[in-house]
Amino acid sequence: MTFIKPKFRHPDLPKNKLGYTISYYEGALSTLCAGCGHDSISAAIIQSAFEMNIEPHKLAKLSGIGCSSKTPTYFLGNSHGFNSVHGRMPSVATGANMANKELIYLGVSGDGDTASIGMGQFVHVIRRNLKMIYIVMNNGCYGLTKGQDSATADNGSISKAGIVNQFQAIDLCGLAIELGATFVAQSFSGDKKQLVPLIKAAMAHNGFAFINVISPCVTFNNNKGSTKSYDFVRDHLEATGTFDFVPEMEEITTNYESGEKHAIKLHDGSLLSFNKLDSDWDPLDRFSAMKAIHNAREKNEIITGLLYLNQGAMDLHELVNTCDKPLNSLKKEDLCPGSGALVSINAGLR
Amino acid sequence: MSEKINDFVVRFANVNGTGSASANLLFCKAIFRMGVPVTPKNIFPSNIQGLPTWYEVRVSEKGYLGRRDGIDLMVAVNAQSMEADIKSVSPGGYILYDSSRKLPVHFHREDIHFIPIPLMEMCNATYTDARLRLLFKNIIYVGALAELMQFDFSVFETLLADQFKGKEKLIAPNLNALKLGADYVKSNFKGDFNLKVERRNLLGDSIMTDGNSACGLGAIYGGATFAAWYPITPSTSVVEAFMDYADEFREDKETGKRKVAIIQAEDELAAIGMVIGANWNGSRGFTATSGPGLSLMNEFLGLAYFAEIPLVLIDVQRTGPSTGMPTRTQQSDILEAAYASHGDTRHILLFPSTPKECFDLTATAFDLSEQLQTPIIIMTDLDLGMNDHISAPFTWDDEKDYQRGKVLDYEDLEEIQRFGRYLDVDDDGITYRTIPGTHPTKGSFFTRGTSRDEYAAYTENSPAYQRNMDRLVKKWITARNYVPTSVLYQQENTTEYGMLFFGTSQYSAEEAMDILKENHHQVDGIRIKSFPFDPVAITFLEQHKYIFVIEQNRDAQMKSLLMIELGISAERLISILNYDGLPITASNIVNQITHSLKRVEKYTSI
Repeated sequence: MTFIKPKFRHPDLPKNKLGYTISYYEGALSTLCAGCGHDSISAAIIQSAFEMNIEPHKLAKLSGIGCSSKTPTYFLGNSHGFNSVHGRMPSVATGANMANKELIYLGVSGDGDTASIGMGQFVHVIRRNLKMIYIVMNNGCYGLTKGQDSATADNGSISKAGIVNQFQAIDLCGLAIELGATFVAQSFSGDKKQLVPLIKAAMAHNGFAFINVISPCVTFNNNKGSTKSYDFVRDHLEATGTFDFVPEMEEITTNYESGEKHAIKLHDGSLLSFNKLDSDWDPLDRFSAMKAIHNAREKNEIITGLLYLNQGAMDLHELVNTCDKPLNSLKKEDLCPGSGALVSINAGLR
Repeated sequence: MSEKINDFVVRFANVNGTGSASANLLFCKAIFRMGVPVTPKNIFPSNIQGLPTWYEVRVSEKGYLGRRDGIDLMVAVNAQSMEADIKSVSPGGYILYDSSRKLPVHFHREDIHFIPIPLMEMCNATYTDARLRLLFKNIIYVGALAELMQFDFSVFETLLADQFKGKEKLIAPNLNALKLGADYVKSNFKGDFNLKVERRNLLGDSIMTDGNSACGLGAIYGGATFAAWYPITPSTSVVEAFMDYADEFREDKETGKRKVAIIQAEDELAAIGMVIGANWNGSRGFTATSGPGLSLMNEFLGLAYFAEIPLVLIDVQRTGPSTGMPTRTQQSDILEAAYASHGDTRHILLFPSTPKECFDLTATAFDLSEQLQTPIIIMTDLDLGMNDHISAPFTWDDEKDYQRGKVLDYEDLEEIQRFGRYLDVDDDGITYRTIPGTHPTKGSFFTRGTSRDEYAAYTENSPAYQRNMDRLVKKWITARNYVPTSVLYQQENTTEYGMLFFGTSQYSAEEAMDILKENHHQVDGIRIKSFPFDPVAITFLEQHKYIFVIEQNRDAQMKSLLMIELGISAERLISILNYDGLPITASNIVNQITHSLKRVEKYTSI
């Protein structure tokens, strides 16, 4: 069922530059389990779109199949959505993006949807540097089929049924960097303060922006011994820094805590500011990012923050050199060579 | 010895990857230029270099363009297959062979004529470069054939001039090689040769091209701005042709910017997923594949059917099942395509027969897919797709606009109280859609493969689910009046026997109808162009007691479809099948029909 939320909102809710309150960015009432990490991520997406002054109809949200892929119903209710087939959201997003370069494409997937059935498409959408935001709501299990291990479940993690996972986990961030992803971040559904600026920065990125969000499954993977439970994740979080996203033309007013201050100017002129906690790590250096991920894994830590950024790469539209007008706006006059051209084509076939 | 003027079959036996295809095409094209109907069939292995390959050319003054059994002349230049090639020549026929090496004695046959030409020796004496020796060997035998068949030699001069436009220095060496072959025959061949090509003017403004190129061009004319594909024989050249025409027609020569995006996908699943995404977002997108790719696309085809997303899929069928014979032809994806994907699904199929129809139906498919908001699958095959065919020239009506179907724009949405994506406003089963980004507050909806109500909201409510499924049936019935109409071969029915065929069976079926008539077996004919079956086809099937269903697969898939969809009893539908991987022949059809007629007559007379 699609539940409709009550329409009443406080009249004094703040408005963004477009004159919309945050409620305009909300979706239908979630049907996920109470306390599901995914709902916090949906809230972060709503917050980010509101703060980024995005016209909801200028954003398309796409997903595959699974608990995570249900969430696009629960945010941005005024945006077009596409809940496709299991593991194949990247291909649908690719075609949609090619048709209209003027929209923002937000893909939501899960660990099963991405790291198992959808691994092929995940890998190739990265290679193509498709301009989109790709969020994995990663809970290490298959929620909708009642808790089987997924390919991101850590080796040694204990399931609710008490079974120890014997297989190696796929590290999506490490893999994404290896494959040449141009924006790779990792976060925790419980850390909205970090997640919102990361999503906002991803929205400003000119290329494939990947955010792996650890998002505990309260029903099937929140037990003792699970490495994707709220308690475990909170205990093992290791932030690379604190983040803030400053849109273009806005003053930096954020107060930073201790540590080294940095700001990266993004494609559209906005700034991603962060406080670096580890002096060995440089998010603009691929090797350093890989090293940080490997080090964290060695120390049994979950590294979070913007792990890697490369702003120099061309996105897919630039690579295939499409025209400035969106392809879906082209008319017969733009596209059809007409009967005249057939005269010489026919002559060439005689 | 009676002459066979403009009516014979030549088969070339070559080694794959030695440049023989272009020489054989030159031979074929010369006959075409002389205004004589000709049809080549490339019978090639799934291999790049080294295996035996054959090229069969039928010359038919009467204009029969199907394959014909019986080889009147074998051009045997492949030692690997020589013994079998000699055996396959019809009695009284000829074999032209490379006599640089002596033929084993046991290869000899008394009932055919041997024409020895030392091709390799001639090449070795004339050319020093190894590559040229290989390539010109083929051109030399074309010259020899032209002399034997008494071609108007000037046709080669214009043909080569056209072929090598911009590379003029290649013309003279090719002409020389042709003359080398012709001169050898003049001075050395003393026997009779009864296969002759005489100039006629039978072809008018016809063109000669392959169906895949025509599909690629049709996609350009049909306004496709997106293509995603995964290479697979025999469909690869559809997208390659689209790319070539896109370079010509869709690229701004100054900026290099393109009004098209073409993506080589990681597999067929991704290819069709991308095409769904593009069409959902308002671009006309297509993909091309063959049987194995179609199998992979099944899940997505179900989504497109249920979520009602337009798309065009060109299925160039090859010999299945599984990897089958990837370089041989068949019409064996019919049931797979018609009901692709799990659950209750049905897809619209179009069956082109000629390159002109490949062009027309591909362009039309984009209109149909948007008008009906569903996948359109074009069912062509390897024979049509990869072989050259004589065809009517391509035409285009500049007045005709693209039919984008029921798409609401900003102004439309302004006037609507509440938009319902799956609301059957016009009572024809076709609902209104919106393209993302159209309106800030109206028209957004959630596209999904799960059940939903008329307003696109997820629902597990049984009546709502069933209403939607029933509406899809209504849309299917509406589609009958949108799809291309069948072609009838008679003004009025002449008999209770009918024959039904489609796609590349057309050539041989038409010839078979003529032969049957000569044999006093009158059979009415119909060529269907689409599934769902159009009203003309339904009437024809109702009006004939027995219908011979001609198709190129083992399991009589079209017959099954007719039985399932129209409830026709199995006894009334008599299958005429061909599934050896080669295009069906008229004699095969005639034999099977004659045999059946005898049986039916015997049965009915009891």
